Amino acid sequence: MGNDLILRVVTKWLSPVIILFALYVQFHGDYSPGGGFQAGVIFSSAILLYGLTYGLDAALKVVPETALKVCASIGVLLYTGVGVVSMLRGGNFLNYSVLLDSPIAGQHLGIIVIELGVGITVASVMILLFFTFARRVTPE
Amino acid sequence: MTEQITILLIVIPLIAAPITALFKQNFYAWMITLLVSICCGVISGYILLEVIDGKHLIYELGGWRPPWGIEYKIDSLNAFIAFIVSVIAIVTNIFAYRSVPTEISKQNIGLFYAAMQLCLLGLLGIALTGDIFNLFVFLEISSLSSYALISMGKKRQALTAAFSYLILGTIGATFFLIGVGFLFAASGSLNISDIANRFHTFEDMQLVVTAFIFIVLGLALKAAIFPLHSWLPNAYGFAPSTVSIFLSATATKVSIYALIRVLFDLYPVDYWQSLLFPQILLVLGCVGVIYGSFRAWQQIEIKRLLAFSSVAQIGYIIIGIALMSELGLTAAVIHLFNHAIIKATLFIGAGILIYRSNTTKLEDLRGFGASMPWTFAAITIAGLSLIGVPGTVGFVTKWYLLEAAIEQSKWIVVMAIVIGSVFAIAYIWKIVEALYFNSKRKIHIHNVKSGDIKVATASKSMGLALWLGAFSCIYFGLFTEFPFASAYAVAKGLLGL
Amino acid sequence: MMSEFNMSDALNYVAGHINYWMIIAVMMVGLYTLISRTNLMKKLAGLSMFQTAVILFYVSLGKVTEGTVPIIDQGYTLYSNPLPQVLMLTAIVVGVATTALGFALVIRIKESYHSIEENEIEAMDGKE
Repeated sequence: MGNDLILRVVTKWLSPVIILFALYVQFHGDYSPGGGFQAGVIFSSAILLYGLTYGLDAALKVVPETALKVCASIGVLLYTGVGVVSMLRGGNFLNYSVLLDSPIAGQHLGIIVIELGVGITVASVMILLFFTFARRVTPE
Repeated sequence: MTEQITILLIVIPLIAAPITALFKQNFYAWMITLLVSICCGVISGYILLEVIDGKHLIYELGGWRPPWGIEYKIDSLNAFIAFIVSVIAIVTNIFAYRSVPTEISKQNIGLFYAAMQLCLLGLLGIALTGDIFNLFVFLEISSLSSYALISMGKKRQALTAAFSYLILGTIGATFFLIGVGFLFAASGSLNISDIANRFHTFEDMQLVVTAFIFIVLGLALKAAIFPLHSWLPNAYGFAPSTVSIFLSATATKVSIYALIRVLFDLYPVDYWQSLLFPQILLVLGCVGVIYGSFRAWQQIEIKRLLAFSSVAQIGYIIIGIALMSELGLTAAVIHLFNHAIIKATLFIGAGILIYRSNTTKLEDLRGFGASMPWTFAAITIAGLSLIGVPGTVGFVTKWYLLEAAIEQSKWIVVMAIVIGSVFAIAYIWKIVEALYFNSKRKIHIHNVKSGDIKVATASKSMGLALWLGAFSCIYFGLFTEFPFASAYAVAKGLLGL
Repeated sequence: MMSEFNMSDALNYVAGHINYWMIIAVMMVGLYTLISRTNLMKKLAGLSMFQTAVILFYVSLGKVTEGTVPIIDQGYTLYSNPLPQVLMLTAIVVGVATTALGFALVIRIKESYHSIEENEIEAMDGKE
């Protein structure tokens, strides 16, 4: 597929748009439908598209596998970290209201960081899944 | 302050697992896992002491009030189960240090330990949560990690075993989810105590019966209750030794715990009594005991033998639940604890055999007992507990169970227990006979030069884990106060006495 | 005893629960595929369909007639129940994880058995 000119050009133009849309879904998640899960999957689809057109090696150059593994862990740690910080500030686990001085600002901060963690983990796990399968199965 | 401690049981593995996944060296990954399980053990022990006299600990996740938020409601049953799970995790990890590097390929070791921690997290979560959908999520966390763990077994049958467990486990979980959906449609709530409190308002709806059947079927599949046990023997038989120990001692127990919660807390007791459900359970339990023991006796390979014996032991627990009396329930709950110890010890023994001889076939192990007397002494002790010889933990359970059955003059149940025990003697004898009384046979060890010193000695950490198990088999058989007090408190709480 | 059979009532009942009939159909197709096929990939596909049916079931539970998207706004008083959708977000993730794990297992089974037909694999296991 790597030789198809239309595919290559379209992918080059489309990937940034998909990533931008993913970021929109990610950071608008606390006001409108969206959030980490959706954003992560959309983000990973951009990399998947890139990998499908330009091949696995090119995609691995864009996002190295070690980075993905670290990112997957960091996402979970961000999530838990918010919970632990809220416990340290005297609330229950994942009680966003105590994160900042005003409860509403705390809620905002809490949900954004949580969704960011979810987004990072989902995106990196999805890409990792793709890489793992793609490497394992040689094209016939 | 005590309330904040309960959530730590979930938070500690949740923080540690992603970090562990990044490690490659066995030692660090193992160290973190051991520390996590020790922390969980201490915390759950502390919680158990707090709630054993009938107090409740309530923790509202995120500060949201139930029934809107997720609530963790800890009574003596939750704490007892959490305690069993984390203690078994500690023992398993002591064993794991030497065993894992020989069974798991090097690049997977970090992931292996991370999956162990996630499994622990899921099981503890099931034990703690008071929200029925949250229970589903934790059930799937523990199941997914156990599918992955089982598939890491050395033989290729581990893959097919994991696959069929994945299919059946997912069907079970989805059935559970359908049931929860029906219940949610009827009640509009997911909080167990909230549903139970308002149960009479929607009792007449047909949905509620359907929900009950789906939920119980789903959990029975996960708990491997007799006709739904087909995934268990292969899954435990082919899993890596560490995984067999941990899962056989905890996974089915926790599913049975969830079943007990549904039967006694979610639904009112007389509701399912009128559905003839205790009778059905009783029959399944009795058939399970006889069938499981019989199949165990037929096996020629230790790990599969033990796995089939698990099916029988689950049958005993189900009988205890189905008798619906204070004694029966006490026996069931004690057996959750006792069977966890016994099976963990026996699987540790099997793990040591694999570590040293690379085989668990009884025929290959003939006369092996003479060269490792201590290991086999411990295996024999655990085996005697499985039969129920006085002075061991198995006796305590069977005694209460028989007493409960005689109390209600259910002679068929008594017969089933006796037949099961006879078969238990037969299959334990099979092991003992092969190891002690048969003439020695030169065993063929793969990839090891004959007379290699590493193979000739069991490692200290493995021996420690084994003897911890064997010692507690006897200790809790002689001094029954602790498990009995906990189990009795649980039974009283469940029956609302 | 039995009330008289009324054709239009029956039709209304069927039409009014059309979403549930569809869900049952999807669920049964999934479950049947899961049970009847010997190909492991097809089994997984059936499993996925089965799970999807449950997801559809929950989502249709949360729909309130004439209710709108559950975001508080002026001019709307009736909202759909957002809870089932949130629950299903989790269930979808569980489903994705299960399917991915299943695929990984199938690939490894294919590598070590050179087959993904259940009966062939069983025959190979039986020989050992």
